[in-house]
Amino acid sequence: MTNTIACIEKSDVILVTGSNTTENHPVISSFMKRAVKFKDAKVILVDPRRVKLAEHAHKYLRQNLGTDVAWINGMIYVIINEGLYDKKFVEERTENFEELKKAVEKYKPDYVEQITGIPSRDLTESARMFANSKNGSIVYCMGITQHTTGTDNVKSLANLSMICGHLGKEGGGVNPLRGQNNVQGACDMGGLPNVFMAYQPVIDEAARKKLEEAWGVENLSPNPGLVVTEMIPKAHSGEVKAMYIIGENPLVSDADLGHVEESLKHLDFLVVQDIFLNETAQAADVVLPSACFAEKEGTFSNTERRVQRVRKAVNPPGQAKDDWWITCEIGTRMGYEMKYQNSEEIFEEIRKVTPSYAGITYDRIEKEGIHWPCPNIEHPGTPILHIGKFTRGKGVLHPIEYTPPAEQTDDEYPFYLTTGRLLYQYHSGTMTMKTEGLNDRAPGTYVEISPQDAAKLNLIDGEKVKVASRRGEIKADVKISDKASDGTVFLPFHFAEAAANRLTIGALDPLSKIPAFKVCAVNVSKS
Amino acid sequence: MAEKNIITINGNDFAFEPGETILEVARRNFVDIPTLCHLKGAIPTGACRVCVVEVEDARSLLASCATPATDKMVVRTESKLVVDARRLIIQLLLSSGNHNCAVRGSDDSDWTRFQLNVQKDDHSDELCPVWGDCRLQDLAYQYQVSGDIFPSTGTKYPLEDVNPFVVRDFSRCILCGRCVQACNDIQVNNAINFGYRGADTKIIASGDRPLKDSDCVFCGECVQVCPVNALVEKDVRYQVRPWETIKTRTTCSYCGVGCQLELHVKNDQVVKVDGVDAAPNYASLCVKGRFGYHFINSPDRLTKPLIKENGEFREATWDEALDLVAKKFSEIKKNHGADSIGVLTSARISNEDNYIASKFTRAVLKTNNIDHCARL
Repeated sequence: MTNTIACIEKSDVILVTGSNTTENHPVISSFMKRAVKFKDAKVILVDPRRVKLAEHAHKYLRQNLGTDVAWINGMIYVIINEGLYDKKFVEERTENFEELKKAVEKYKPDYVEQITGIPSRDLTESARMFANSKNGSIVYCMGITQHTTGTDNVKSLANLSMICGHLGKEGGGVNPLRGQNNVQGACDMGGLPNVFMAYQPVIDEAARKKLEEAWGVENLSPNPGLVVTEMIPKAHSGEVKAMYIIGENPLVSDADLGHVEESLKHLDFLVVQDIFLNETAQAADVVLPSACFAEKEGTFSNTERRVQRVRKAVNPPGQAKDDWWITCEIGTRMGYEMKYQNSEEIFEEIRKVTPSYAGITYDRIEKEGIHWPCPNIEHPGTPILHIGKFTRGKGVLHPIEYTPPAEQTDDEYPFYLTTGRLLYQYHSGTMTMKTEGLNDRAPGTYVEISPQDAAKLNLIDGEKVKVASRRGEIKADVKISDKASDGTVFLPFHFAEAAANRLTIGALDPLSKIPAFKVCAVNVSKS
Repeated sequence: MAEKNIITINGNDFAFEPGETILEVARRNFVDIPTLCHLKGAIPTGACRVCVVEVEDARSLLASCATPATDKMVVRTESKLVVDARRLIIQLLLSSGNHNCAVRGSDDSDWTRFQLNVQKDDHSDELCPVWGDCRLQDLAYQYQVSGDIFPSTGTKYPLEDVNPFVVRDFSRCILCGRCVQACNDIQVNNAINFGYRGADTKIIASGDRPLKDSDCVFCGECVQVCPVNALVEKDVRYQVRPWETIKTRTTCSYCGVGCQLELHVKNDQVVKVDGVDAAPNYASLCVKGRFGYHFINSPDRLTKPLIKENGEFREATWDEALDLVAKKFSEIKKNHGADSIGVLTSARISNEDNYIASKFTRAVLKTNNIDHCARL
């Protein structure tokens, strides 16, 4: 997030898209709902499903799956055409405005309506509402990113925010909601193939030199590595021989599961380090038991870049160990000594090689976390990014064209499928499914379908159906719901026994390599 | 220079900003005024009257939580009039249900019968399940009040224990309305409200249905704010007493909000979770963060390293497992090159764990093949 969670309550217009906030980030949704109830803020919700937040929204726009660039360009068109953009901000802080203006020229609301299904009047009114706000905030989640055009979608939202001058101020910003407790931290720590800690590129010789010195090693690889969605196919083709998987369950959570399963079988050696013997661990050659969050000391970095303490409350079961301890032992046994007394000693090393964390210490975050970047010990942290200027100087406006999703519906697969989470379950369910009450509330999978589509297929609520795509099929109970729009069905992806990801497509965004979980074509039939 | 607004509380002068309530000015200046229904972040209702104070020239005692401070106002927070009023209020509240802490009728001959009746209602032979964790009990001690002045009004509505996570014990509800505010003003889930009104008032959900059949999403904010634990965690009621637990503050491990939690631990097990009143969540939690902790102590947890032999797992020692992994990785690196090994680190583990995984991949394996589930 460019801004903080608390900032959301200071926005006067909140544009929420691709985020089922009340189910996936319930606590953040309360900030939105309070802003509406007590501060007269307005919510514009753009989502293919009529999710619960729609009850609190002033404008609810339902777009066709995978047409986000089109509606965002449409809004930008209206805002530029009607002269509602922030001329001063555009002039002083951005570049490429004329190119953007030219690119969006054809996205007139009538044309956008044909692509997205959003009534042109609703689009125009929403665009005006957002542009005329004082502190307009954009909040998005995986519904924006998990597309073959995920990067384009995000850049388009950044365009929209920039032309309205809503960046670098309280209550504004472009705010992705992170779905996992430490996605932010895993990225910050260089858990990515192209960058080291704090996003220092692996191709940068100076960055490599610095780390080689800090770590006392030579010849760090200058070549960007593989992302997970490339690693799996390369396991299949035999280029990747061994994998070390820590705290993940790709055998439920990845796209096109059938292929993932096959690929992992091709490995010579698979090590899985986890708290449970999950689907992926069962496929491993060696399983290493680790401690969970309640059993360890350390830090997580949340969606607003706030580094917060994690503290040990109970002992790990049996011989389970801290993840860092296990990895250090493997490293040491491979001939490179990695010895630490405790997590704080590791954090002190992190500070030395991670400029954005340099000013953060366990002492400083004892009571309240600090937002990075925090370059030195006196620095208060940075709750709001881009105040006064962007990291690179001027913000670039990217002209972006709409391209349709990778898979289209046809006679054989006439429905679009989108996937997501439920309030009462989490990811592949290894944690939430251990709580009886949560299973009671969300016992198993279902396929959410509109009343009209259900009537067409002659389906009744609760009946078992077959949902099939070009890649696989699963069985699920029918749930007839007004949340679904005609022509689009929804499946939660938590349930291994009927994994939605047997159906999803492995198509990737060319830049971020994110799989297009949110759109594919399926058939629904009586089973 | 603008004139300062000054209020006098118990003989001391305090400056205040227009709009501040008497309670806010008092608390800011460390003057203790007891409250029961007052809920930070919600609009004051003045429902319980425990926070009444004496204001010179006012016709009656005023609820300090709902009365704005005004210039030259003279307030007394513990005068005889105030204390008498508070005692009466507490006595009335104590008589309004199954408040069977020893406080309630300690000098009354009917105590035994009352206690036996409550035990029958509760199916337990212990004192009140929230003994020692009850705001009303605290106040009764503070003001040395017992509840036997007035006859017990009995219990109108039966206990509701059909829900997952939460028991609603109407026999202990004092209708302070904090749960209604938590639900409508803090979480804005709009699931519960006052129903029936008058002497029949009850907190109801969706036309008086059990929570599980209502709009309730089990965030548990109401449970956390209930001052008398008429709303109580199912797993806690009669099983966990506050003095039996050790509390540790930490960060939630589900989504990326990073809510601050307090884990209550009894016998090395997490038995209850509360939200901490600090950024970013300011005491709020969701159903997963508050109630989804059973995985920690699950019997399915991995407890020993496992090595697969002939398609079957067998238990192994750490030395054996770690040596095998180190040997295999070294061999594969030597025979097929560093880039033939891939590491998936995790968005679920700590920064320290991730840093070590990153360092290991780069410095030991000598590849950049490291990624995690950020995209999923």
